[in-house]
Parts: sequence; C-alpha cells; structure tokens
Amino acid sequence: MKGYILRRLGYSLVSLFLLSVTIFLFVRVTGDPAVLLVEPGASKDDLEMIRQQFGLDQPLPVQYGSFITSLLRGDFGQSFYYRTPVLELYLSRLPHSLLLAGAAMVFSLVVGIPTGIIAAVRVNRWWDSVGKIFALLGLSMPSFWVGLLMILFFSVYLGWLPSSGSGTLLHLVMPAIALGWVFAAAHMRLTRSSMLEVLGSEYVKLARLKGLPEALVISKHAFKNALIPVLTLAGINLVIMVNVAVVVETVFAWPGVGRLLYEGIAFRDFPVVQATVLLGGAMIVIVNLLVDILYAVIDPRIRY
Amino acid sequence: MSGPLLEVRNLSTHYVSARGTRVTRAVDDVTLTLEAGATLGIVGESGSGKTTLALSLLRVLPPAGRIVSGEISFEGEDLLRKSNAEMRRIRGKRIAMILQDPMASLNPLFTVGDQVAEPIRVHDGASRRSAWSRAQELLKAVRIAAPETRVREYPHQLSGGMRQRIVGAIAISCEPRLLIADEPTTSLDLTIQAQYLNLLRDLQRAHHLALIFITHNLGIVAKMCDQVAVMYGGRLVESGPVARIYNAPAHPYTRALLESIPRLGDSRTRLTAIDGQPPDPAALPGGCAFHPRCPKVMDRCRAEAPPEFSVANAHTSRCWLSG
Repeated sequence: MKGYILRRLGYSLVSLFLLSVTIFLFVRVTGDPAVLLVEPGASKDDLEMIRQQFGLDQPLPVQYGSFITSLLRGDFGQSFYYRTPVLELYLSRLPHSLLLAGAAMVFSLVVGIPTGIIAAVRVNRWWDSVGKIFALLGLSMPSFWVGLLMILFFSVYLGWLPSSGSGTLLHLVMPAIALGWVFAAAHMRLTRSSMLEVLGSEYVKLARLKGLPEALVISKHAFKNALIPVLTLAGINLVIMVNVAVVVETVFAWPGVGRLLYEGIAFRDFPVVQATVLLGGAMIVIVNLLVDILYAVIDPRIRY
Repeated sequence: MSGPLLEVRNLSTHYVSARGTRVTRAVDDVTLTLEAGATLGIVGESGSGKTTLALSLLRVLPPAGRIVSGEISFEGEDLLRKSNAEMRRIRGKRIAMILQDPMASLNPLFTVGDQVAEPIRVHDGASRRSAWSRAQELLKAVRIAAPETRVREYPHQLSGGMRQRIVGAIAISCEPRLLIADEPTTSLDLTIQAQYLNLLRDLQRAHHLALIFITHNLGIVAKMCDQVAVMYGGRLVESGPVARIYNAPAHPYTRALLESIPRLGDSRTRLTAIDGQPPDPAALPGGCAFHPRCPKVMDRCRAEAPPEFSVANAHTSRCWLSG
C-alpha cells in the first residue's frame, strides 16, 4: 500500500508540472497586463516600467524559472492588481468556495442517490420516467440559467431569498442548488445504472433466494455495491465544484475562488490565474488519490 | 406425510417483451412429481427452460417472466396462491437453491460468516452471535477447514470450490426440505466436481433433503439421481426412473443425448452428435419442437405437438412413436 501511494504521488507531481507549463503559457496568450494597469494615454516608458517591475520583459524560460523556483518555496507571487500575495487572496476566498461546494454536494447527493435508487428499483415504470426527465433537464440546463431563473422567481417575484452576496444561510441556498443541479442529475444517472447492474447480479439473486426481505436485498446487498462508483464520482465532483463554480459565483456575486479566477482573467492578473489553476489542479490530483485509497478501505478485494 | 413433496402440474412460464409483443414460452406445460428425500435430474441443452423452471418453483423470475398457468404444490400447499411475504418465508427456509456460478453468487463486500448467517437470522430470528456460531458449524458440515478463521474472510480470499461449498452451506442453513441445484459443478474442476457431488449426496442423506439437480451432464444424472426429466424447447419430453430411461429411452431426443456421451474403452461405435442447432426459445418450431432435428420425423410431428404418453409405470414420453 505504501509503495502504491508513493508511486501515485510521483505521477501526481508529473501531472502538476505539465499543468504549470500549460497554464504559464496559456495565460500569456491573453495579452499584455501592463496595458490594463496604466491610465489611458500612458507613455511607452510607463508601460515598459511596469513590465520590468513584474519581470514580464524577461524571456519566457527565465520567467517560468523564477515562477517555479518561488513556487517551490511556497511563494505564489504578488497579484498585479491587488498588490498582495496571491496565496493570501486565494486562502481568503477558499472557505467560501468550500462552503458552496459542500452545500451543493449535499444537495446533489440527497437528491441524486434516492431518485437513482427508486428509478432502478422501478425500472421502466412511472418513477423511472420522472427520473429520466429530471436527469435530462439537469444535464441540459446550464447552471447560470438555472441561477437566473431562481433569482427571477425566488428573489424578484417572491422576495424570499437574497439575489446575491454572502453571509447568511439564505444566501447559500440558491447558489448551492444552481451549482448542485447538474451534479444531482449526474449522481442520479450513475446511481441508477450502477444499481441496475448490481440488481441483475447473481449475489442479489442469491440474496432473494435466501428469502431476505426485498428492502434488505436492496439496502444491504445492492446499495453498498452500487455506491462504490457513485462515491468515486462524488469525490471528484466535489473538487470540480470548487473549481467550476466560476459562472455560478459570478451570477450570485459569491466571493469564492471561481470569482477570483474570473477577476484574474479579466485583469490579466497572471499570478492570480496561475495560482488558482495550479491549486485547483493540485486539489483534483489529491482527491483522486484519496478516493483510490478510500476504495481500498471499502472494498476488501482491492489490495495494492 | 401423505402425497409427494412437490407436485408441478401443467406449469407454463413465459417471458414477455417490454411492449408485450414478443412472447417466449420458456416453460410449457410441465408436469412433474418429487417424493421427499428423492433426487430428480433435469437435463437439457442451454435454453431448454431448465433454469426458468427452477426459478418458477421459487417465484424469483426476472421482471419479464410470468407464470401463466399451472399449479405448484409443495408439502400440500399451492405456491402460486401464496402472497409475496409468504413466498419469502419459504425461500431459503423450506426450498433452497444453489446457483451455477460460485464466483458471482457471493457478495464481495460481506464476510463469508455474514452471508451464511443471514438466512438463519432472517428466518429463525437468531441473534447475531448464535447465527455466527451456527455458520461455523455449517462450514464444518460442508468440509471447510479452519471454519473459525474462514467465517471472517471475504469471498475473494477463497477458491472456486470453497465458494461453492459455502453456497451449499447457505442452502442447508435453515434445513430446507427441497434443494434445487442449478448446474452447481459446471464451473468447477473435474476433481473438485466429484468432491462436491459427494458432499451434496452426503448432505442429502444427513438432512433427508429432496434434490432437484439441473444439469446438461447425463453422467452426473446417472450418478446422482433416482428420476430424470429431459427438457427440450421448454417442454418435458421424457421423464421416468433413471435406470429405465438410460436402458430404454423412448424419445428420440433422449436416445440422441445418450448416444452423444463418450464411453471409455468403447471404440466400436462412433460418437454421434445431434444434427442441427438447439432451437431459439423465442421462435420454436411448430408441432413437436424437436422435429427439425429428429431422425424419425413423421408428417404428424410437424403439424401437431404430441401429448404426454405413458410408456410404462412412471415413465412418460412426448413423442408420437410412444403413443
């Protein structure tokens, strides 16, 4: 097990290195940040000064070298726009993102798993059709549109929920549902197909032949086996939620990491974009590793 | 007890496609009888309806399966009139079943002890502790060494032969009157097969079990069974005492099956295969289902399905030649 974890850790570092090169190059394609940082009508010299100040006048390999060496010391650099350490900025936004992703995950699992189970147990019947429509809606309605609809309905017409901002539990409701909506549909579909597969297995047949009550057959023999792929997906989705909330966070003015990334791109704030993307990548890599280890804990057959 | 343990009369089970347009007659008008403690072998090619017949007896058919007519009388009770809850109390308790694939029939996420103890806890309301100690005794009964450590192991830690013995332990856990074994040795090595068959026979004697043995191996039937029923295309084409059917088969299909068994030291007769393919259960030929492959086919066979003729005492055959 120890060797397995070390090996996986090595692969993870390689992926992160490749990600760092990619984001470093791509963010520089967006244009010259100096143009956005000076007042209109600034002279060529002013622009040049700003470029020098941020080291943007250096050749790319040199820029990358200094980026990676300070990164290895734990320094993500200074934001061009806020003029504060990027890591501080990131960490001040992260709790909001985690809270939002956590709430969205709870919503998606509470909705997705039971509906998936019901759809599988009542396959091709009324409930299954309702579930299919729900999954189709979930997967085809973009989160910003769901968010805007909810704002229109719950904030504008009914006045029940605040349309944007953060601070209270009420502020959390709509962004969490808007973000969790797609994932609820994905979790429902996977739960359904995974349950269907398990319900057709020989050991479920034997459980029925033993004379177990149907509720026990489903909750014990089928559910635990069907949960394995759903848990994997949920673990990876949690991290994806933290990192794809850009649109939802922008719609609801939620002060999370997604908003930070959006601002970073808008202002060509290279260190902010690099740090947000790299930290997001690191999170995804770590969660994948944790999920694999969790597998080994749940499933006695997996031994490395 | 008066009367046989199990009486199946004119049982038909169909599979109906989702839109109800296609009907497969998996089991068609099957009648058979089994005395307490006796052994019945059900023989047939794949798709002949053997497994569907077994699943019908326990009413655990896949969703598309329907028992459309007939009667199943077990210890004098009509199983087709039972509610689902009553049926559940019969499964595993009074009628147990062993499935074909020992690799797939145990749940990978629970220990052996848990799975053996489960029916005891559900049917007899035993406590966890007493069910577990009973599970250990059962493992010993199916000749598993070191049962006290095996109960805590998971299925993947055991060999195929051991798993199938555990499935056997589950089957006898609540002392059923009838055990249905659906090709229990097909996926085992030959040496393990023989061991397992001996084990089943010993268990049968020890617990006075009636046994329904589903197989396509006529050699096993000869070794294990008192009665044999031959299925073809969902129908029982011939049934009777093993010795009689092996020596004087009445139905051409049975005769062909017997001629296709290789015999050691017999080089004079060529091994004969049955011409043609087993029929598609969803599109059975009209008349007698065997007529396209039958060496003695007559015009009447194509037009009309033969009824069950009595050839001798307890020996029946569905062939016009037996009429």
